[in-house]
Amino acid sequence: MREILKLVLVLTLITAGSGLALSLVEKFTREPIAHQRRLQMLQALQAVLPASDNAPDQDRIELVVGTDRKGQPLKRSFYRGRMGADPSGVAFQVRAPDGYSGNIDIMVGVRPSGEVNGIQILTHAETPGLGDKIEEGWFREQFAGKGLDNADWRVKKDGGEFDQISGATISPRVVVAAVKKGLEFFRSEREKILYGQEVQR
Amino acid sequence: MSLAGEFNKGLWRENAVFKLLLGLCPMLAVTTSAENALGMGLATTFVLVCANLVVSLLRKLIPSGVRIPAFIVIIATFVTLVQLGMEAYLYDLHKALGIFIPLIVVNCLILGRAEAFASKRSALASFFDGAGMGLGFTLALFILGAVREILGAGQLFGISLFGAGYQPLLLMILPPGAFISLGLIIAAMAWVGRRFR
Repeated sequence: MREILKLVLVLTLITAGSGLALSLVEKFTREPIAHQRRLQMLQALQAVLPASDNAPDQDRIELVVGTDRKGQPLKRSFYRGRMGADPSGVAFQVRAPDGYSGNIDIMVGVRPSGEVNGIQILTHAETPGLGDKIEEGWFREQFAGKGLDNADWRVKKDGGEFDQISGATISPRVVVAAVKKGLEFFRSEREKILYGQEVQR
Repeated sequence: MSLAGEFNKGLWRENAVFKLLLGLCPMLAVTTSAENALGMGLATTFVLVCANLVVSLLRKLIPSGVRIPAFIVIIATFVTLVQLGMEAYLYDLHKALGIFIPLIVVNCLILGRAEAFASKRSALASFFDGAGMGLGFTLALFILGAVREILGAGQLFGISLFGAGYQPLLLMILPPGAFISLGLIIAAMAWVGRRFR
């Protein structure tokens, strides 16, 4: 009995010490981490949006884009860039759920007229050296200026006009499909996305 | 053994990756480029040195019945510290290494040193053992990362080496490439070791 008490006591002490140390460090790094995440977000937004003079991560609207597996409404944030009072573009995240290995999250910037301005790959786990080329400039840049009406949203192998990557067709294919879906949603809710009341923080 | 000996053994004679074949999971996963390999190696070294030190200092206090969970808690604490610090101050590296940082907890090299060395030896000896083993691990990851990046992507630290005409040997940055390079390096080391003994 005494032996067990000792084991429990020592392990509890070690765990408590560990918790204490971690909470101290967490307190210390909380600010810089939040700052880094916001910088990262802003960078991704600025990379895909047309020139704007506001802070797009502050001008946000949330819309229900579907339901998740449990039937709960699935919300998506739309970040709006502005030039003066006029909207210059909208950026939002889309997810390709069917990448070669897991989800691919993409930030898409759309011009008010409905064409893509730019895309950024936020997270992915595609094969290094093959599928991960979707991150490279030449692949992303082919989206600029393309809209639902002026482009065939398939990779060349499937008869469309987007370059695939040799040795990795799946990754570009699902990225193209995901961006297209995003554009379709933008078209269907354009008024709300561009002019809806922003979410108060 | 002298302190210098405790330090040196990890670099070559008992090198974790090349001689003991420990810690192969992160080896496989992060050595696709020299930079990732270096980041992972240094993060592991930090955890290894700190965990060795703390385990050694607490070795008289920890009863043998709970030593494994106690070691794991200590190791996990330092890994979380590394993760927080990296996300706060080295964001790019954090993004590149992502999921593999938490997995340092289950790197058997670290638990192995805690169990086989630090729980029996003085804090000073454990510190040098951890530093040597960690740097040996870093060196091994770096060599593998450099070999794989040069052959598999034609570049080193992201700088192109052979010009645009080079057709990279993609296999080398895929998982099989890690095993192939590791096998070749171990063979080369055995040859060198026998030749110059």
